[in-house]
Amino acid sequence: MSQLNLQQLHDTEFPVPADMQGNVAITSLSRIYNWSRRSSMWPLLFGLACCAIEMIATAASRYDLSRFGMEVMRASPRQSDLMIVSGTVTKKMLVPIVRLYNQMPEPKYVLAMGACASGGGPFKEGYNVVSGIDQYIPVDVYVPGCPPTPQALLNGLIALQKKIDGQLLTNLDDVPWYGVGPSDAVPIPVLGPDIIDPRQMELIRRQAELAAQGQPFGMRELPPAAITDVEKAKAKMKVKGSAAPAIAASGASEDVDAALAEMRNRKRQEALARKRAMMKQ
Amino acid sequence: MYGMGILKGLGVTFKHFIRTYLDDIKYAGRKYLRQENFEARQGLKADGAFTVMYPEEKIAVPERFRFVPFLVVEDPDHPERPGEDWCTSCGICAKVCPPQCIWIVRGEDPVTKRPVPQPEAFFIDIDICMNCGYCAEFCPFDAIKMDHDYELASYDRTRNHIHDKERLSKPFSYWMSIAPTTAREEAAARGGWEHPDVIKEFKKSNRTPTPVTEDWQQAKMNAAAFVEAQKAAAQAAAAAPPAAETAPTVQSAPPAAESTPSGELSPEERKRRREEALARKKAKQEKAAE
Amino acid sequence: MTEEMTLVPERADTLPIEGAIDYLKRKFPDAVKDDTRQGYSGIIVDPAHLVEVARTACDELGFNYLSSATAVDYLGIDDSMEMVYHAYRISGGGALVFKAQTDRNKPEIPSLIEVYPGADFQEREAYDLYGIHFPGHPNLKRILLWDGFDGHPMRKDWKEAYYEQETKPFDSRWPKGYVRRAEELNVFGKNVKYPADLDLAKLSDMSEEALYSGMGLGVDVSSFPAQADELQTDRLVVNLGPHHPSTHGVFRMVVTLEGETIVALEPVMGYLHRNHEKIGERNAWNHNMPFTDRLDYISSMSNNLGYALAVEKLLAMGARYQPPTYRAEVIRVLMVELTRIVNHYWAIGFLLNDLGAFFTPALYAIAEREKILDFFEATAGSRMMCNYMRFQGVAKDLPERIRSVASHVNDKVRDFNTMDYLTELINERIPRSVDELDRYLTDSEIIKERTIGVGYLSPDMAIAYSTSGPLLRASGVPYDVRRAEPYSIYPELDFDVCVRHNGDIYDRYLIRLDEMRESIRILKQILPRLEKTQGESVFAGNKAIYMPRVPIGEAYGRVENPKGELGYYLVSQGDPKGPQNPWRYHVRAPSFINLTPLGAMCRGQKVADVVAILGSIDIVLGETDR
Repeated sequence: MSQLNLQQLHDTEFPVPADMQGNVAITSLSRIYNWSRRSSMWPLLFGLACCAIEMIATAASRYDLSRFGMEVMRASPRQSDLMIVSGTVTKKMLVPIVRLYNQMPEPKYVLAMGACASGGGPFKEGYNVVSGIDQYIPVDVYVPGCPPTPQALLNGLIALQKKIDGQLLTNLDDVPWYGVGPSDAVPIPVLGPDIIDPRQMELIRRQAELAAQGQPFGMRELPPAAITDVEKAKAKMKVKGSAAPAIAASGASEDVDAALAEMRNRKRQEALARKRAMMKQ
Repeated sequence: MYGMGILKGLGVTFKHFIRTYLDDIKYAGRKYLRQENFEARQGLKADGAFTVMYPEEKIAVPERFRFVPFLVVEDPDHPERPGEDWCTSCGICAKVCPPQCIWIVRGEDPVTKRPVPQPEAFFIDIDICMNCGYCAEFCPFDAIKMDHDYELASYDRTRNHIHDKERLSKPFSYWMSIAPTTAREEAAARGGWEHPDVIKEFKKSNRTPTPVTEDWQQAKMNAAAFVEAQKAAAQAAAAAPPAAETAPTVQSAPPAAESTPSGELSPEERKRRREEALARKKAKQEKAAE
Repeated sequence: MTEEMTLVPERADTLPIEGAIDYLKRKFPDAVKDDTRQGYSGIIVDPAHLVEVARTACDELGFNYLSSATAVDYLGIDDSMEMVYHAYRISGGGALVFKAQTDRNKPEIPSLIEVYPGADFQEREAYDLYGIHFPGHPNLKRILLWDGFDGHPMRKDWKEAYYEQETKPFDSRWPKGYVRRAEELNVFGKNVKYPADLDLAKLSDMSEEALYSGMGLGVDVSSFPAQADELQTDRLVVNLGPHHPSTHGVFRMVVTLEGETIVALEPVMGYLHRNHEKIGERNAWNHNMPFTDRLDYISSMSNNLGYALAVEKLLAMGARYQPPTYRAEVIRVLMVELTRIVNHYWAIGFLLNDLGAFFTPALYAIAEREKILDFFEATAGSRMMCNYMRFQGVAKDLPERIRSVASHVNDKVRDFNTMDYLTELINERIPRSVDELDRYLTDSEIIKERTIGVGYLSPDMAIAYSTSGPLLRASGVPYDVRRAEPYSIYPELDFDVCVRHNGDIYDRYLIRLDEMRESIRILKQILPRLEKTQGESVFAGNKAIYMPRVPIGEAYGRVENPKGELGYYLVSQGDPKGPQNPWRYHVRAPSFINLTPLGAMCRGQKVADVVAILGSIDIVLGETDR
């Protein structure tokens, strides 16, 4: 703290709202508050899969998380500030994860480590894999990679520290834990025939009604850009008689063909324009 | 004696503890300053702590290191083919990709509808990519490579985690800078510093590809010399018989396109070709229907 | 003929495989027939006589070690379900493969748990993923998925929510590969698929009910015949995991306690079940290699080798197969043995963590591990997910120098000669650190008190429960695939199969030290071979083919992984030209099967010892749950 002189405290790098200008105390307080908060992020001692090994390697002596004040990995969610979702989130594991998240005290942060936690990763197509933990709990920082190296994880943690640095005490959106009442818990998913997000109950009910009328459950009409060569795919299928729920069975109409052709043309024109611009340079 | 084992074990930990400080003394305060000290610290003879002070000193990754892929394009200052894709949209990377995270739209001539060896669009979903390196290993044109840039943390995955062609494309000089040995080996296998298709083209037109024994920058110089020569020839031709004016920037045919870039066709010519193509297509369809 | 029927058992259990099959065919002429399908081996047994045949194979013929039991769904080929068993003799040699076929619509095969207790989890897995019923199994419930899950996902007609196409590569990727996220495919925007008859009103989470009902929860205290002077106690059910710092990942144990003593323990897994096998059957042959990295993610190189060996067995049935070059084999062994050392560092470090030596041994172990990972990173390109082996060779030769290159993200470079680095690593660094581990852990009284005599597993039980690796060898059974059914260049290498006889945690710790020393011994023999073969090709044939076709047939390839015996059961079926995708891709995961005796080992121990016993088995969840 000794280097932090008064002048530094006054010079904030964040825009001060008009009504707050002159309110030096609060902005300086934000800085101190954020500095202390980001320098003592205690991660939850919690590993899921391969990325957890890299997380442990990051915490070990070579990369040494303690340089960031993060070496105190707490096994209890009630003592931790940061959840590093390190690895593939399966549907079965999702329930405990949401529970752990709810048990963490505010302020709490989530870092999605690796491709699996961010968006399902290589196992995305699997039936038991959640395509991204952010579908259930809010995520602050994503670290891509499969697995991210320790340095990549550190880079993500520094990004999280930067994010915290940008939070203002005067902005309730930044510090919701000073708002009115306790923060809402994330509803815990239910393991039914498949995982059920309670927030989607209404949608599922509507779809179930539609399904009762004979429509495919939860099917979606694909946007034109995503239409694949359906007939070809079907012909290639070795197993017949099983409806593929994923592929929308829309016949390739002429309209779609025209739209596709137009889009291709447009994309090509754009690409050509880009290339010409590049050549001019 | 009871307790000796514990004491012996604690002795080992204590030795580890003081070794770090002894190590500091050995380097006389220059432990973190000198490059060779870094190497010693990260080598096998390292004693005590060997922490990498990450944001301040980043341990460089080896050449073969794999992170998310990128596409090789010619350098923007390449005299002959600036910014041209090495990728020919053959689709092998998309096929060999284990989690199927590569999407390629094959280039197509807007007129003849024939495939053009150039991707129109190229996407990699890095939330699916498993960094296995198959795409780079099996690419027959050395056009897709694994990047060394691991600092990709982001706050928003919906916008940042599907890399499109623009984001993926990186110049050949970048690839040379991160993996000089590998790039040299690959060039030797290709038979020159140029793209394999260009080398093929060269053989037809009696140009010699830049040998790998030379510096890779030489390829650019050779191309510049060739462009100059072409220009001179064109000027000479223009000077001798008063013929119709040729475009001053006639380049050797880019390998990707047809001899005349389709953008420069006159509208009538384009219409005629289109009708021809349509007629051909119609005839083919009728034939198929029979 | 009748004279031969009365073969004395002493002779029967040394019969070669063909002789053993003959013996079975003679003894059960109606129930046993040869498997004559193209590329298949072994026998097909009538399910009605399966238990008797298995008992004969186990008791009379000496095939008392059931390595793998798995199901295959032959939908569209002969519309049957099949259980495939691979049994071995503990004295070494090849496998007795026997199969039982059943109707797809009402699959039912008698349980072999009485003959081979090690079939327990494997049959539960087949029930979970294929829906095959095993009459006679005492605890037949789902093991990887939760109770109430809709359907049996490994069946060929079961489709996931993100189903796109039967096999990879998908047509939507090229040439018209307009990118999209799979989430767009349904209105929920999630990887979910509900049955048409979903009744939300009746929905309640039933996934735990069967589990707890079997644990003796809510026992009436008065029902115990308590002594008058004894305090009446209730049983207590405690959950350890899935979020627990000492379960090595997302493993869960449900424990019934009486005081601090364990009465019953049930392992609950599947928290990292990421559908490895289902994805593996969609993948092409090559695609599976990087997926195997993620099985046992601490020792990816060994997983690679097992898969490469299994596919090479299939490829060898074809005409164009060339075995890997000598240098490739040398490099493979180098990598695998280094991986063994990496794994045992990790295992010992975290075993000590579980014993309460919080993090110091683990930190030292990880520090040494980093030195080997540096070599892996320079050679294979990744610290952990090496993806280094290929069919008929390895991906690339060792680099001349372990060198890093500065780029716009990195500035600090290193540059070592690879052979110097390896020589120093193998001759000095690793032996020194293993000795150090030995010095500060082996004699420690705390460790001895906590581990000697705890978690005992008798040799007979270890074999019966199909355990493998250090767990088996610490119980006094010198069984090592590298010697029992040698592969690669192990026959010409000089090393001993380590064995310890007490079968407790301490011996499992010691045997890992022994194995590290044996690995160093192997590596010292590898170094001159590396020098000698410098410059030779590391790949047999031309460049690796990106979409190889594999001859029709089945193969079971197994290797001695650091954690135990890793096996791959592969079936290549369908396309007569040789399919591009495996029809069946099964992983016999040592971490999974080694957990079978966990309940038995923990019974009667204190609750604090459970994590230590688990740590001594050394599991990794990526492999347990797949």
